[in-house]
Amino acid sequence: MTAVPLPTTAPPQWSPLLGRFSLEQLPFLHEPIVAATFVGVILGGIALVGALTYFRLWGYLWKEWFTSVDHKKIGIMYMVLGLVMFMRGFADAIMMRLQQAIAFNGSEGYLNPHHYDQVFTAHGVIMIFFAAMPFVTGLMNYVVPLQIGARDVSFPFLNNFSFWMTTGGAVLVMASLFLGEFGQTGWLAFPPLSGLAYSPGVGVDYYIWSLQVAGVGTTLSGINLIATIIKMRAPGMTLMRMPVFTWTALCTNVLIVASFPVLTAVLVLLSLDRYVGTNFFTNDFGGSPMMYVNMIWIWGHPEVYILILPIFGVFSEVTSTFSGKRLFGYTSMVYATVVITILSYLVWLHHFFTMGSGASVNSFFGITTMIISIPTGAKLFNWLFTMYRGRIRFDLPMMWTVAFMLTFTIGGMTGVLLAVPPADFVLHNSLFLIAHFHNVIIGGVVFGTFAAINYWWPKAFGFKLNQFWGKVSFWCWVPGFWIAFTPLYIMGLMGVTRRTRVFDDPSLQPYFIVALLGALLIAAGIGAMIVQYGVSIWKREALTDESGDPWNGRTLEWATSSPPPAYNFAFTPIVHDLDAWEDMKRAGVGRPLEGFRPIHMPSNTGAGVVLAGISTLLGFALIWHIWWLVGISFVALLVSAITHTFNYKRDYHIPAEDVAAVEAQRTAQLERLAQTQGATA
Amino acid sequence: MSDATHHQDVSAPLPASLTKLGKFWDLNEHDHPEGHSTMLGFWIYLMSDCLIFAMLFAAFGVLGGNYAAGPGPRELFELPLVAVNTSMLLFSSITYGFAMLAMQRGSVSQTQMWLLITAVFGAAFLSIELYEFANLIHEGATPQRSAFLSSFFTLVGTHGLHVTFGLIWLFTLVVQVSRKGLIQANKRRLMCLSLFWHFLDVVWIGVFTFVYLMGMLR
Amino acid sequence: MNAKNYNDLAHRHAHGEANPHAIGHGHGHDEAHGSLRDYVIGFVLSVVLTAIPFWLVMSGAIADKSTTALVIAAFAVVQVIVHMVYFLHMNGKAEGGWNMLALIFTAVVVLIVISGSMWVMYHMNANMMPMHMEQMD
Repeated sequence: MTAVPLPTTAPPQWSPLLGRFSLEQLPFLHEPIVAATFVGVILGGIALVGALTYFRLWGYLWKEWFTSVDHKKIGIMYMVLGLVMFMRGFADAIMMRLQQAIAFNGSEGYLNPHHYDQVFTAHGVIMIFFAAMPFVTGLMNYVVPLQIGARDVSFPFLNNFSFWMTTGGAVLVMASLFLGEFGQTGWLAFPPLSGLAYSPGVGVDYYIWSLQVAGVGTTLSGINLIATIIKMRAPGMTLMRMPVFTWTALCTNVLIVASFPVLTAVLVLLSLDRYVGTNFFTNDFGGSPMMYVNMIWIWGHPEVYILILPIFGVFSEVTSTFSGKRLFGYTSMVYATVVITILSYLVWLHHFFTMGSGASVNSFFGITTMIISIPTGAKLFNWLFTMYRGRIRFDLPMMWTVAFMLTFTIGGMTGVLLAVPPADFVLHNSLFLIAHFHNVIIGGVVFGTFAAINYWWPKAFGFKLNQFWGKVSFWCWVPGFWIAFTPLYIMGLMGVTRRTRVFDDPSLQPYFIVALLGALLIAAGIGAMIVQYGVSIWKREALTDESGDPWNGRTLEWATSSPPPAYNFAFTPIVHDLDAWEDMKRAGVGRPLEGFRPIHMPSNTGAGVVLAGISTLLGFALIWHIWWLVGISFVALLVSAITHTFNYKRDYHIPAEDVAAVEAQRTAQLERLAQTQGATA
Repeated sequence: MSDATHHQDVSAPLPASLTKLGKFWDLNEHDHPEGHSTMLGFWIYLMSDCLIFAMLFAAFGVLGGNYAAGPGPRELFELPLVAVNTSMLLFSSITYGFAMLAMQRGSVSQTQMWLLITAVFGAAFLSIELYEFANLIHEGATPQRSAFLSSFFTLVGTHGLHVTFGLIWLFTLVVQVSRKGLIQANKRRLMCLSLFWHFLDVVWIGVFTFVYLMGMLR
Repeated sequence: MNAKNYNDLAHRHAHGEANPHAIGHGHGHDEAHGSLRDYVIGFVLSVVLTAIPFWLVMSGAIADKSTTALVIAAFAVVQVIVHMVYFLHMNGKAEGGWNMLALIFTAVVVLIVISGSMWVMYHMNANMMPMHMEQMD
C-alpha cells in the first residue's frame, strides 16, 4: 500500500464542559487573514445591532417579519438570506481567483493549504445551499400563492419554520469561519477524505450539521408548496391553466421532496461513520467509499434541476410578458418540465463515469444524459418563438433573459460534451468541468434570479428598480462572466485540474490573471447591483408604480396592488384561461368594490424561530461533541415541539370593515392614477 | 358538490358590469375549511420518508454481503424472534384500526383504550428489537464490526426510531383527545398518525423480507 | 340579491371543471375511512402473507434458494399492496388522485435508486476488484 497522507489537522482535545472547543480552535488568533475578517465582521455586526437598537427596529422586525407567517414576507426574507450568503460565497470566489493568479514561479500565494481548502469547500456549499436554494425558494414562496390566486400557502407556520431552519444552517456555516474550521473536502465531502481518519477536526461536522438543519427546512418547504399548488388554486385554474412558473415550481418541489431525503440519509450514514464508528464508507471492514459517491449524486443531480427549473419558469413569464404575447408552446413547455423531472433521476452516474462501472453502465447514463438535454432544447426554441414577431421591450428582466439564452446554451452544449463518457475521462475533474457548471449556474440560476428580482421587485415593494444602475450591473456581469470562465474552459481542455493551490507551469499564469480580471468585473457588477437597490430605495418616489401592473403582466400576481395586502385578494379570482389577468384586462373587468367579507388568515407565531433556534443549537453541540448540550437541546426541541401542538388557536379573521378600508384606499389610488394618466394623455 | 343543488334560479337580467365581476371574482366564497391540505401534506411527507428508507435499503443491498470475515446473517438472526416481533407490529396495526373505528363512532374512551393497546404492542415490538440488538452486541456483532452490520443496525434501528417517535406522538394524542375530545383537529391528527403507523408496517414488510428472510437464504 | 345568484352560477361553472377548490370544499367527504370489515380482511391477509414466507424459509420447503427468494419477494409485494389498500385506504380517488400519483412516483423513484445503486455498484466491484475477496463466513 502507498503511504497514507497525514491528517490535515490533529484531532482536537476533548473536555466534558466545552467538548472539542479550546482557544486553539479560534483561527483568528493565529491566521492574519481570518483575524482581519473577524475584526471587520465584529465591527459591522456592532454597527448593525447598534443601528437596529438606535432606530428601535427590534420589535418591528420581530413582530412584522421574524414571526410572520405571510408567504410574501417569508419570500422576501429568503431573498435577503440568499443575497447575504451570495456575498459571502463570492468573497470566497475572489480569494480563490487571487490565490490562483499569483501562486506561480515558486510563490505559495497568500493562502495556506488548510485555508485554501476550506475556501473552495465553503464557496461550493454556500453558493448551492445558502445562496441559490434560498433564491429559488424565496421566489416560489413569494410568487406562487399570488399566481394561483391564493391567500397564503397550505401550512403557513411550517413555512416560517422552514425559513428559520435554512437560516439556522447558514448560521452554522458562518460560525465555522471564526469557531473552528470548515470542511476541507470539496462541496460534496467524499469519503474517505471526509471520514474520521483524514478529517478528524470539526470541519466536516460543520458541513454535515449545517446541511442537515437546512435540509429539514428545504424538505418541509417543498411539501408545503406542493400541497399549496395542488389544493389552493383559484376556481377554474385547471392544471393546464396554471402559469408556467407555478408549473416549474410544482416540479421543483416534487424533486425537492423526492431527493432531499436522499441527502439526509447519506449524511446520516457519513455521520454514523464519524460519530459511532460504523463502516459504511471506510476502506476497512467491507465499507465502500464509492457507495457514498453513488448515493450523494442520486440527490445531487435532481438538485441541479431543482435550481434551474423554477428559473426556466421565470424566463417563460418574462419572455411572454415583455414580448406582449402568450407563451409559445405552453403545453410542450409543461411536458418538457415534467419529462425533465422524471429523467433527472436517471442520469446521476454521469458525475462519476471514471469510477469504473464499465462500458454498459457508462453508456446507459451517457445516453440518458444526452436525452435529458432534448426537453431543455425544446424550451429554448419556445422562448425564441415567443419572441419571434413580438413587440419586445428590452427592460432589465428581458435583458437578463436574452443574456441567459446566449450564455446558458453554451453551458448546455459543453454539458452534452461532458456526457460522452470517453470525453469525460479526459475532462473529468478539470477546469473544463468548473467552467461548464458555472456556465449553467451563473448563466442560468444567477441571471434568472436577477431577471426575477427586477421583474417582481415592483410587485413586492411598489416601486421599480433603477434602470441605469441595473444596466451597469448587467454590462459588468455578462462580459465579466465570460472573461472569468473562458480561460477555465481553455485550461480545462489542456488538462489543468480543479482545486489546485499552486502551479508549476508558468505559461498558465496569464489565463489565471484574465480569469481574475473577469471576477473583478463581476465584483463591479455586484457592486452596481447593490447601488441599484440603494438608489432605487432612496429615489422610490420617482420610481413608484401605483397600478400594481407595471409591465402589462399576464398572470394573477399583477391583478392586485403593489405591495399586495396581507390577504392578497379581497375576493378570490375565477380563472377562465391561461394568462388569467390578461383575460380579465381584455374583458375590461374591474375589482369588486363592495360586499367584502371577513377574511380567514393564519396568526403569526414565534414557534418557528424557537424550534429552529434550538435545532441550530443542537447542531452546534453535535459539531463540538458537547454532549450535555446535545442532551439538553434535544429534550428542549422535543418538549417545545410537543408544546406547540397544544396550541389549537392558530388563525383569526380580518374583519370585513378592515378589508373594506384597505380596498377603499386601493380604489382611491387607482382613481388618482386614472386621472393623472388622463391628464398626461 | 353542494353548489350544484341550489341557486338554479337566474332569471332576472343583471347589469353588464356585475355579470362580468361575478364571472371573474368569487363574490360568494367560503373559507377553506381548516386543515384542508393536511392529509395530502402528510402523505407527501410519508413519501419523502420512503426515500430515506429507500437509501438505507440500497445501502444494505450493496453492503449487506460485506461481512469482513465477521459473522453473517445465518449465525446472527433468530427467525422465531423476528416472527414474534412481526406479529407485535401486525397486532398493533389492527388495534390502531380499531382506534380509528372508535374515533368514527365518536367514542373518546374507546379511542383512547385502543390507542393505549396499540402502544403496548408498539412497546413490545421495541423491547424485542432492543433485546435482539443487545444480544447481537453481546456476541460481538456490533455496528462497527462490518459494513453488513453497520447497514443492518442502521436500517432496522431507523425503523425502530420511527416507532419510538410514533409512540411519543401517540401518547401526546391520548392526552390531547382527553383534553379537547374528538374535535376535528384531533381527528385529523389521529388520521395522520394512522397513516404513519401503517406506513411503518409497510416498511417492516421490506425489512423482514429483504433483511431477515433473504439474509437467511444467503 | 341577483348579483349573488349570478355569482353562484359563475362559481358553479368554475367548479365544474376539475377544480382544486372542489376538493377543499368537500368538508371531509373524501377522507378515506376503513370499515371493520376492511381492517379484519386486511389483518387476516397480512397474517397469512407473513406466515407463508417465514414458513418457506424456516422449513426450507423449496430447495432452490433463489426460487425461495423470488417467491418471498412476491409475497412481500402482495402484502405491501394489501396494507396499502386495507390499512392506508389507498384508492385512485382520495385527494383527487394525487395520493395515488404521489405513491406511484415515489415507487418508481425508490425502484430506480435501489436497483440502480445495486447495478452500478455491482459493476464497479466486478471491474475494480478482479481478485474478488472471498467474504463468506
